[in-house]
Amino acid sequence: MSNYLAAKGLRSWLTTLDHKRIGLMYLFSIFVFFLLGGIFALILRLHLFGWGKDLLSADMYNQFFTFHGAIMIFLVIIPGIPGALGNFILPIMLGAKDVAFPRLNLASYYIFMVGAIFAASALFLRGADGGWTFYTPYSIRTNTTVLLVLTGALIAGFSSILTALNFIISIHKLRAPGMTWDRLPLFLWALYATSIIQILATPVLAITLVLLIAERVLQIGIFDPKLGGDPILFQHFFWFYSHPAVYIMILPAMGVISEVIPVFSRKPIFGYKAIAYSSFGIALIAFIVWGHHMVVSGQSELANFLFSLLTMFVAVPTGIKVFSWVGTMYRGSIHLYAPMLYALGFLELFTIGGLTGIFLATLAIDVHMTDTYFVVAHFHYVMVGGTIMGLLAGVHYWFPKMTGRLYSERDAAISFWSILIGFNVTFFPQFILGAQGMPRRYWHYLPEYTMLNRVSTVGSWFIGFGFLYLMIYMWKAVRYGKASGSNPWSALTLEWQTSSPPPTENFEIDPVVTDWPYAYAPDNVHMAVNK
Amino acid sequence: MGIIKQAFMLPLQGTAVAGRWDSLFLFMLWLAAIMFVLVVGSMLAFVWKYRHKASDRTTYITGSHVLEAIWIIVPTVMLLGIFVWGYSVYRGMTQAPRDAVEIRVLGKQWVWSFQYDNGRTSIGEIYVPVHRPTKLIMTSEDVLHSFFIPNFRVKQDVVPGMYSSVWFKPTVIGTHQVFCAEYCGTSHSGMLAKIHVLSEADWEDWNEGKSPKAFGDSLVEQGRKLHETKGCVTCHTADGTAKLGPSHKGLFGSKVELEDGTFVIADENYIRGKIENPRGSTKRGFTQMMPTFQGLVTETEMNALIAYVKSLAH
Ligand code: HEC
Ligand SMILES: [Cu+2]
Ligand SMILES: [Cu+2]
Repeated sequence: MSNYLAAKGLRSWLTTLDHKRIGLMYLFSIFVFFLLGGIFALILRLHLFGWGKDLLSADMYNQFFTFHGAIMIFLVIIPGIPGALGNFILPIMLGAKDVAFPRLNLASYYIFMVGAIFAASALFLRGADGGWTFYTPYSIRTNTTVLLVLTGALIAGFSSILTALNFIISIHKLRAPGMTWDRLPLFLWALYATSIIQILATPVLAITLVLLIAERVLQIGIFDPKLGGDPILFQHFFWFYSHPAVYIMILPAMGVISEVIPVFSRKPIFGYKAIAYSSFGIALIAFIVWGHHMVVSGQSELANFLFSLLTMFVAVPTGIKVFSWVGTMYRGSIHLYAPMLYALGFLELFTIGGLTGIFLATLAIDVHMTDTYFVVAHFHYVMVGGTIMGLLAGVHYWFPKMTGRLYSERDAAISFWSILIGFNVTFFPQFILGAQGMPRRYWHYLPEYTMLNRVSTVGSWFIGFGFLYLMIYMWKAVRYGKASGSNPWSALTLEWQTSSPPPTENFEIDPVVTDWPYAYAPDNVHMAVNK
Repeated sequence: MGIIKQAFMLPLQGTAVAGRWDSLFLFMLWLAAIMFVLVVGSMLAFVWKYRHKASDRTTYITGSHVLEAIWIIVPTVMLLGIFVWGYSVYRGMTQAPRDAVEIRVLGKQWVWSFQYDNGRTSIGEIYVPVHRPTKLIMTSEDVLHSFFIPNFRVKQDVVPGMYSSVWFKPTVIGTHQVFCAEYCGTSHSGMLAKIHVLSEADWEDWNEGKSPKAFGDSLVEQGRKLHETKGCVTCHTADGTAKLGPSHKGLFGSKVELEDGTFVIADENYIRGKIENPRGSTKRGFTQMMPTFQGLVTETEMNALIAYVKSLAH
């Protein structure tokens, strides 16, 4: 039997309906966008080192952070795990041959790319500024080409909706015989909850962007007070999407972590039901807390009271997950392979990200902290520490499945430590900068902030090195890696029951599920890979 | 306490609320540090203790309702406590005393300017008295800005087309930094200002001056003159008698009944609304005939007009 990689040639990729190939196309594209966004970030940090001479002009700086944010959010973090890992793994994990609508799946990839091209084309025209939040009336008046970026985000949004639809229907209709809901792997529960948010929230982003584009092009007053509009209305619209979106970004990563920790602890997941349901708890609350981004916007005190109170409750289901993951490790037999390292890194960073979120949810604290580097640090801990660490855990975990090869664990560990340490050195000082009052999106800062900014910049070099190193050993592994065998981690979910790389149809014999995916018996402590 | 406080080097406490803010923040920092050690510490301990050995046997545990109940209930209670504390400090930041000194703030790309009751104005430097509540009534001429004084722990967005306000009671004489905290274009990071907290005597001096005449008309007097030159007097009086429109006497701060039976409080935003967009609402008992002054009144004139109407409150 030939595997799914057998067909050669660009054409065989661009016209494929195979979810695995589409998943890899996403992975590759997202990685390219990540590099682009990352280069912007490194340049921004280099500028902020404060050489005494400006590396970037003010306008360039403003455009760079806008591109960094918009690319990372709309083209990397939102589509990342669902698009790449979800597409590759979800059908195999279900025991299916493909997603429910393979053509739609390819269409959503192309729609995503069209959106990305729109957004990126702004780079070559008059750029874009205003930050990824595009607050009005600035975004209506700036003479940069923000419209292109907005249109790009709008188009990419449709791709999210279609992918989400595909996932929900696949999970409902394509589960292997015997895979009851309480045997559904937690990664799929997480993708399911994410998909629901995507379908419900993304249209609101679309509406907002259409209104904004209409206002810019037709000069109808919606958000600009000069035209009789209300600028704060935009913020409500924007965050009504973008707050749920932070869960679109983090829930899939939580799903990956829920898979990795039991496998590498050789133990059942602790509190399966609590983890599965808490995703829906989070999804639900996600829709009613958007106003916590607007505490000093001029919205009413009553609104602030309610949003702050509701936001506190998000911490509860999030806490449940974190405690359950740590609980899973208790009395396990822990293997520290790369996926597990990333999962532990996730726990460290995400705990800091989550705890600092409580600071921002607290009204008085937020008044001082909002729009400072404290917020910048917080969301990098959550999104990079959470989502990117989750993505890397997943990529390392499923790499042998995707390629049939093993990467060097030693190299992976070097890159992991470089990224983890670099990350903390980069972003922890930013909490302090924020507490000291340094506002975000500042091209120049006051001299008293110099020292911590320099530390932060040095940290970013370690992150950069870590990713560079990762690219090299991943490439080496693809070319020369040792054969991995079908199930190197001796895991129990279905994707490991087929060969690596899997055949085009995923399974040679249709699988039947007879047990829970986390039923690690007490003596099942070994992994194929270390034999 | 000391170590964490040092590590974070919080800005100077320039107001009473800053002290309350710091206590809350440091309490939360401690709590967060404990939670972090609990989670990441147990994680590391488990990695250490249960690191894979060939002879291992794991324990088949799938969960524990008791533990789950604990880690739902305990955090919920703690979070509610933090919420209440945070809200109470926040109340102290938003409830301006009635006798506050009022200063009007205008943000525009990329300068802050200020207008005082005595008619003085200043750019990039704002002067306030020590130990007296000061309320800033702020608006923007172009895009969003945000008025942020780290030493005072206050921040408020400044929005075009409406007034927002922030208040504080400075306790430390001297100069403090003001930032713009909402992105506003090229020179966002250059939109800085200094706030000078003056002693009682200096404030007296600055405010009244050796000879008040040197500063020209007070804000209210400017407003009174504008009321004539802009033609408001054809329809509005100051003495309580209605002409084509209602008199401004006793208006400010009162409850106004509108045509549709609803009530609004006549505050700065209401009066601004009438001047810019009179068709937005109509006072009960009057006909809709007031012309719009949008584009005919500058932001500084608007402040003077409002100050005048306000001065007729009693
Ligand atoms: C042609 C007559 C006319 C002129 C000129 C005019 N107004 Fe008015 N104004 C009215 C009328 C009539 C109302 C009451 C109906 C309504 O609420 O629209 C009113 C209402 C108001 C109110 C609300 C009063 C209340 O008691 O609720 C304010 C404040 C006001 N005007 C201020 C001004 C100012 C300031 C000017 C000059 C810049 C001005 N008006 C010019 C006719 C006028
Ligand atoms: Cu949010
Ligand atoms: Cu600004």
